[in-house]
This record gives sequence, C-alpha cells and structure tokens, in this order.
Amino acid sequence: MRAIHPFHGGVHLAEHKTESTGTAIGWMSLLPRYVVPLSQHIGQPAIPVVKPGDRVLRGQMIGRPTGTISTAVHAPTSGIVSAVEMHPVAHPSGLTGLCVVIESDGADRAVEMSGIDWRNLDPAEVQAHVRDLGLAGLGGAVFPSAIKLQRGNAARIPTLILNGSECEPWITCDDMLMRERADATLRGAAMMRHLLGADTVLVGIEDNKPQAIAAMTEAARQAPFPVEIVAVPTLYPSGGAKQLTRLLTGLDNPTGKLSTEIGVQVFNVGTAYSMYRALELGEPMISRVVTVTGHVPRPGNFEARIGTPLRDLLAAAGGDLPGTTGHIIGGPMMGFDLDDARAPVVKAVNCIIAKRVEQFPPAAPAMPCIRCGQCAQACPAELQPFELYWYAKAKDFEKTRRYNLFDCIECGCCSYVCPSHIPLVDYYRFAKSEIRAHELDAQASQAARERHDFRTFRLEREKREKAEKLAQKATTRLDSGAVAEDDPAAAKKKAILQAAIERAAKAKVATTPQNTDNLSPTVQREIDAIEARRQAAPDDAAATGRQPTEAP
Amino acid sequence: MLTAILVLAGIGLALGALLGWASDYFKVEEDPIVDKIDAILPQTQCGQCGFPGCRPYAEAIAKGEADINRCPPGGEANIKQLAELLGVEAKPLGEGLEPKPKAVAVIDENTCIGCTLCIQACPVDAIVGASKQLHTIVADLCTGCELCLAPCPVDCIAMTVIPARLDNWKWQYPVIHLRQVA
Amino acid sequence: MNGSPYTQSANNSVRITMIKVLVALIPGIAAHAWFFGPGIWVSLIVCSLIAIFYESLALVMRGYPQKPFLSDGSVIVTAWLFALSVPTLAPIWLYAVGLLFAVLVAKHLYGGLGQNPFNPAMVGYAVLIVSFPTYMTQWPAPLQLATHMPSLANAVDMVFAGSGSISIDAYTLATPLDTLKTLGRAGQSGTEIFNQPIFGLIAGKGGEWVAAAYLLGGLLLLGNRVFTWHVPIAYLASVALTATLVQAIDPSQHANAWFHLFSGGVMLGAFFIATDPVSGSTTPLGKLIFAGVAGFITVMIRDYGGYPDGVAFSILLMNIAAPFIDTYTQPRVFGHAKGGKVGK
Ligand code: SF4
Ligand code: SF4
Repeated sequence: MRAIHPFHGGVHLAEHKTESTGTAIGWMSLLPRYVVPLSQHIGQPAIPVVKPGDRVLRGQMIGRPTGTISTAVHAPTSGIVSAVEMHPVAHPSGLTGLCVVIESDGADRAVEMSGIDWRNLDPAEVQAHVRDLGLAGLGGAVFPSAIKLQRGNAARIPTLILNGSECEPWITCDDMLMRERADATLRGAAMMRHLLGADTVLVGIEDNKPQAIAAMTEAARQAPFPVEIVAVPTLYPSGGAKQLTRLLTGLDNPTGKLSTEIGVQVFNVGTAYSMYRALELGEPMISRVVTVTGHVPRPGNFEARIGTPLRDLLAAAGGDLPGTTGHIIGGPMMGFDLDDARAPVVKAVNCIIAKRVEQFPPAAPAMPCIRCGQCAQACPAELQPFELYWYAKAKDFEKTRRYNLFDCIECGCCSYVCPSHIPLVDYYRFAKSEIRAHELDAQASQAARERHDFRTFRLEREKREKAEKLAQKATTRLDSGAVAEDDPAAAKKKAILQAAIERAAKAKVATTPQNTDNLSPTVQREIDAIEARRQAAPDDAAATGRQPTEAP
Repeated sequence: MLTAILVLAGIGLALGALLGWASDYFKVEEDPIVDKIDAILPQTQCGQCGFPGCRPYAEAIAKGEADINRCPPGGEANIKQLAELLGVEAKPLGEGLEPKPKAVAVIDENTCIGCTLCIQACPVDAIVGASKQLHTIVADLCTGCELCLAPCPVDCIAMTVIPARLDNWKWQYPVIHLRQVA
Repeated sequence: MNGSPYTQSANNSVRITMIKVLVALIPGIAAHAWFFGPGIWVSLIVCSLIAIFYESLALVMRGYPQKPFLSDGSVIVTAWLFALSVPTLAPIWLYAVGLLFAVLVAKHLYGGLGQNPFNPAMVGYAVLIVSFPTYMTQWPAPLQLATHMPSLANAVDMVFAGSGSISIDAYTLATPLDTLKTLGRAGQSGTEIFNQPIFGLIAGKGGEWVAAAYLLGGLLLLGNRVFTWHVPIAYLASVALTATLVQAIDPSQHANAWFHLFSGGVMLGAFFIATDPVSGSTTPLGKLIFAGVAGFITVMIRDYGGYPDGVAFSILLMNIAAPFIDTYTQPRVFGHAKGGKVGK
C-alpha cells in the first residue's frame, strides 16, 4: 500500500455522482450538423485548412496546428463544409469563436486510419503524430498532449501519474470510462510510459469510485508493465494535478515550473484512452465522453463527437426538464455558465449540468470579509485568500501578485467555505486577467517605444543625409551655373497626385455608403473632435497632407 | 535640567548622523525620473496630452510643467501609477479629455492612393506600403493614436474599436450589492 | 455574471458563526448569574439594546441596508462581550458611553464589519476604565460575601436610576485582582492576601467558576472550528508561563499561574476576544506570536502595571501590531520554498 501524502485544505462536497452512473456510456446517433471550433486547446488556435464547399471525411484534419503550443482539429464525420465562421462557443465570456461548420452527408465515411509503430519510432516523430491527431488533455485544461510527452532536459521522467480522481461533484465521465475501458486506458498509459521513459505508473482514483478502482485494478493485473492503482481519500480538489502529485508521491510541484522538473508527468485517464486510440488505431481526437446530468430525465454519459451542439447532447439525455434555470459547463466548483446551448462540445467539455433552483440557488448576498480565515484553512494552494480578496477588490494588483495570486488554481474551495458568501474566485479571475492584460499592454508599449525611437533616429538620419546631399548639389550647381530645372518635375508630380486623389474620391463615392446621416451624437462628437484636431494639428506631416487638397 | 538638554541634544545628533549615513549607504542608483514616467505612459504617441509624444510629456511632468492627468489612452490606471511614483494624489482625467475604447486605424484599401503620407505620420512605423502601393496598417503595431487620420488626402483611414474576442476578453470586476443606492 | 463555484457550504454564514459565539458565552453568563446575582441579565439586555440602536444608526448614516447587517449578530457579540467585561449593574449612561465608542467609533468609523483594527468591545472597555476608573471597579461581590443580594428589581433600579434602594457598598466588593494590587501595594505578604475571604479555591470566589464556564464555552467553539487552537492555547500558555516566572522572581507578592488563568478576563479574553479574527492576526505563526505576546503583556500589566487587569490593553496593543505580524509570518505557499515576509 502506497503512503498517501495529504495536501493542505480541501473541502468535502455533496457528490451527486450516482445520478449519472446508472447507465453505460451511451452513443449518439449521427447529427445533421457539427460545429467544430478551431481553438479547443490552450495555445495558438488551429489554422483552418478547409473552405466552404469542401468535402471532408471523418477524421480529416480541418485545422492545422501552428506555433509551439497547438494541436490539430479534425472533422467528426463526413460531409460538406458549409461555413468557416464565428459561432457561439462554450466559454465563460459567451463570445463567439471561429468554427468550421460541417453538414454531414449521413455516410460517416472515414479517412484511412492506421496506427503507428510507436515502440520503435523516434519519440519526436511520435510527438508530431500526436500533435497532428489533435490530442489535448481531457481533464479540463486541454493542454496539447504532444508537448507533455517531451522529456525536456531530463533523460527520462521517472513517474507517470494517471489522474482518475475526478473530484468535482456531478462529473462521472472518467469514472465510467475507467469502468468500461480500463484496458484500453492502461494501453494508452503504456505508450505514455514508453515515451516518457517512466518506470513508475500510478493511477490515482478517489475512493468514492469503487467500481472504477476494481476495473482498473483488474486491468492492471493483466497489464504487461507495473501499474499501481491508488485509492485516494475523497476530498476536493484531489484531482488537481499538483494536489494529486502530492497525494501520490509527496512531492510539491515548484511554483512556475513544470512537473517534469520533479520527475512527474500527469495525464487524465481520458487522455490516456485517446492516446491508445490515436497511436494504436490512428484515430484522431474526434469524440470524448461527456457527462450530461442535473435536471434532465435520463442523466448519463455519452460518447459525443467533438462539434456536437450542446443542445443536441442535452436532447440525448431527454432534454431540459421544466424549471431548468441554466447550464453549467464542467463541474459546479470550477465550471462556468453556458450562454448559448448552440455552442458545441469541445475537447475541454467534460460535463454539462442542467441547473434547477433547488440544487443551485442564486448566490447568497455577499457580506464583508470578517477575516475568519476559513478560506485559508480550505485553500489547497496554501494561500491567504482573504488577503488576495482584499487587494483584488482594491485593484491593488501588485499586492495580489506578492501574495502569490498566480499560485491560485481557482478551485473555489475558498468561496465555498466563506461564511460571508464572497465570490472570492471571481475577484481572483478579475485580478489575473487584469494583470495579464496589463503585461500585454506593457509589452506592446515597450515595442511601440522602440519603434518610435527607431523612427525618430531614422528621420534624423534622413534629414542629415538630405542636407548633405543638398549641400553637395548646391556646390555642383554653383559650379555649372545651371538654373534649377526641377520645378516642372515637381508640378508634374503634383498633377499626378491630384489626378489620383480625384480618382480615389470617385472610387470612394462608389465604394463606401454615405452613411453620415443619422449619426448618434457621440459618434458625431467624435468626428468633430477628430476634425478639430486635424484643423489644429500644426504638424509638418499634417500640413503637407492638407496641402494637395487645398491646391487649386 | 542641563543634563537633560545635553542628553537629548546628544541623542539627536547621534541619530541624525546615523540617518545621514544610512541614507548615503542605502542609496540606490535610480533611473532618472523621466524614464520612469515614460515607462508608465502607454507610448501611444498620440499627442492628446498636448505634447508631441509620450516622452516630451514625460519630460514636462518631470519638470512639473504638466499635470499627471493629461493622457487619455493611459486612463485611470496610468494616473494612479504616476501618482504613486510621484507621491501625489491621483485625480480624474483632465478637462476636455475623454478615455476612449481601444481602437486601431484601418485603411480602406479601395480608396487608398498610395501617397505615403500616413506612413510619414505614423509615430510607431505601424503602416506598411510604398509609394503608389496600397497601404495597410499592421493592427498589432498600431497604438491607436489617430495621427494618420489627418494627413490622408482621401480620408480613407478610420478608427475601429477593437472588439472583445476570446483572446482579449477579461473577467469583469465582480458586482456586489452591499450598499443600497437609496 | 457570477462565476463558479456555483455551490456554497450550507449552514455557514456570519450569522451562524456569531450565534455559535453567543451560545458558547451562555455557560459563563449562567455561572455569573449564579454566583453574582441575576443583575447580569439586566446589563446584557440593556447593552444589547443600546448597541443595536447605535448599529442601526450607523447603518442609516452610512447608507447600508439594515437587515443583513443587523441580523448578522456581530453587534450583539460586541454588546455581550462588553457587558461581560464592565462591572455589572453600572449606571446606564456608563454603558451608553462605552458602547458609543465600541460600536460607532471602533467599528463603524473604521469601516464597519470586518474592517475594525481594534476589538470594539475592548475599545469600549478601555475608554471607560481610563475615563471612569471608580465605576469600573465596582464589581458585584460573590453572593456568599454580599451583605445584600440585589434582586432583579434592584438591578433594574441600579442600572436605570444610577443607584437603588440599597447602597452601592452593600453589593460590590473589590475584585480579587484589585485586592491583590491594593493590599500588595500596602505591603501585605502573599499569604496574608490570599487569606482574604474573596479568594476561593484557586482564584476569586465565584469568579473562578465563571472562568471555568468560559473555558467550557471556548472549548465548544474550538471543537466547532469557529477558530483554530493557536490563539487561546498560546494566550493561556503565555499567561501561565509569565505568571510562573514572575512568581519565581518574587513569590511573596505575586500570584501563581492558576490564579492568573482563572481570574479577571483571561478566559474570556483567550477564547472570545483575542480570537476575534478581524482585529487579530490571521496566519498560524502570527496567531501564536499575537496571542503569546498578549499573554505576556497581560501578566506584566497585572503584576507591575497600574491597572488591576491587563487583558483588554494587551489585546488592543497587539491589535495594532497584527497587520505587521501578518506581513512577516506568511505561511509557505504550495510549491514555494518557504514563507515569511510577503514576497516581492
Ligand atoms: S472565509 Fe470569507 S469571511 Fe472568512 S476570511 Fe475568507 S474571505 Fe473573509
Ligand atoms: S480558489 Fe485559489 S485561493 Fe481559493 S482555495 Fe482555491 S487555490 Fe486557494
């Protein structure tokens, strides 16, 4: 029996797991239309490689990875690309994202798929393959898997951890996957183990999933390599990668470093299963198991193709019952409110919960923080959440950073226990995104400063060179005694310019609508302000700019 | 009495000497204040502050000739930072200045005549093109200063507000109704 | 739009915490009533009403809603702690002045619930003991020693009319701590002093039982995780240790650790006042330092200072230092090498 190394804090939650574990993983019938977002992972969005009208097959790459952190996107079925357009996606912002819309032809024909000889191929080649097959972590963070298979500077990564803890309430997709596909999951683990050079393989499963533990233990007995199935105590957030690493190995992942620095790599069990399908069968990541639960008639788990509109997924579970107040994507602790059920299933969507008011009452009104410290006792990152809250509320971002805001994993334990019902995590998310935006701004303004300085330098140089040239010319001219003859040339230039302006003016009338009527007062004011500034601008550039229009 | 005065004076002297020594000993070489101010300013180079660019404005602030609240693109956050740096009170944006949503200039490519005037006006070299060639503004480099609008002889440059996208979306400040507006 | 988590632990709110504290005070109050007469009920009710009035007034002036803030119970806790710290059966104006400082000044002028750097009840107490020292020593005598036992009607009279049908000397008596201080100054030796009738088994007659009842209530709260063990344990340990040391230096003049632990406000302070999270330290190490130093100061004031009891002053002094202590005692964050001062 492996010693369990508890982490600090954590909370016990009502589990709500049995609702969706009553039935086996269901299959969904083919839908007439799939919407596949091009950004389904952390990092650079994939670049679309199909255009409207293209015919695609199931498993065909429709988005190509670009940049270091990226992964591919594939067609979930065969059919015709009807659009590459902005479409609602599952995101807390409720904004739209670029998606490939596929009208299925009903034949569901697949591209040719075949596994690769991952045991003998060069690891880099296997990684490229994994990237082209679109693998990303299915635990929620959707980090491209190919990168996590790299060993970095280390000769090998001794410990591979499969994360089957699934600590969030309601979600059961990993549980069901382990119950039904334990064998294939461990085969995926074998591939990861091989690529990382790991010798220890640990599977952490919360002890509230005895059936999954039994199935995995059975599969482990038959696996051709040593695997240890470890039951960890049920305590949220034991499924956090850092928390699970601590539980199983006693090691703390140093902040800001990759877990590989301590010789550990963590994959979700679902990712291991997809790895098996990808390398053994050559199948790209075009479906995943999703839990549909909450206020629906037949909650359960479904193997849903990526791109399945969430509406249709809900319908597979019987649709929303009357009194549904909304949907959560993910679990109740770290998920987010779904804005538009037309948004599709993506690799990150592990669960959708139909809310009803009895189970998800509106948040109690927040009271002032009484510094009771319950949040600090619950925080698995060992932070002082009330201090973070205090400074985030005051928008003192420098201080939040000093109190290690970026070590917060947004697990929500602090908000959960807070007797004042303060939405603490909302403040942290706000502060984090402000800080990130600020950093980007700072980078942009630094770059702008450099360009500006360079420009100033260039103009100086040009001026100097011009002056030198002029001086030279003047001397030669004096020598030859010739009169300046460039006047006609200048006139000609001006005439050409003028002609061009007139042409453009005509073109403009033709191309742009004259929508200067019915302007809102603010727009009008803005235009006036620009106009005024333009009149007033004493700039040389502006003066020369106006000159041609004023010329007769 | 006399002893008391002497003792106090002695303590005062000793502490004064200590302070003097400490201030010398712990002195840090600092960036000139102008650089620090300039580092805070957004480098839009738009001149809305009334100075021909961020650096001149920074110099004016350093000399005490300009107020810290003249920079609309920098907005409240900037004023706060400047106030902290200079040890003065933060204040709202100056009169007649309004913060605007972040925007970039876009050239209407149907109308552009390739005159290069905007290229000359752009303070940060964000416009590409050559004489009689179509010009384009590199959105990532554009600081939204609007200086290229005026020179364009065919008025083909317009400012477009940067829309909220998935990659620039920010979490909002949580709304809490604690205090009643009554 | 609200983000996750979409669920919150049930049965947890500021109000529930405050109610727990109030319930935990009841054994102590009951013991008080048993040994010193029913007057304590009168002063508790009077203080609560005055405090609610001030709170409501402050909320109106600050434009805050009444219901959530009055019903959070924090002001009742302040009122009760105050009532238990000042002499029972003092005239009503004394309560009014003390609570004015406690609720309006110490709490609301600093920003209300959660923002006060000082414990409000202790501020009220401190203002009174500095301004009206004579009133503040007139504690009711244990019933066994009182020449007259004040009835509930007497108590009401006493509080509202300032004096009653009975003379004040008939029911008050110098407290054990006062006795120790005055007689000690008068040059009496320890044994002589401790033979005074006011002393009981280990501390003051009656008072020791009240302290024991506070201890019981405090342990209930601890078991209920209303606060962590750090503050009460460190505080009591520090009081005991310091008292023992002081007594070792001069046994004739100073009481032993048991006496200190079970007299005056030490038990109340350890479990109900120093544990106030708003004004106290919040990091584990910080709490130990906060309470440890407070315990030391308490005994120092008792044994060497001008006031008979030092609980309030020691806690107020440490309240000042709490933010500073917190800054330097940040616990290690997961994945970091070590804690300590707030990082760069
Ligand atoms: S749990 Fe809530 S009230 Fe308590 S310290 Fe944390 S934020 Fe403040
Ligand atoms: S959300 Fe952040 S601060 Fe809150 S408990 Fe989780 S890690 Fe700690």
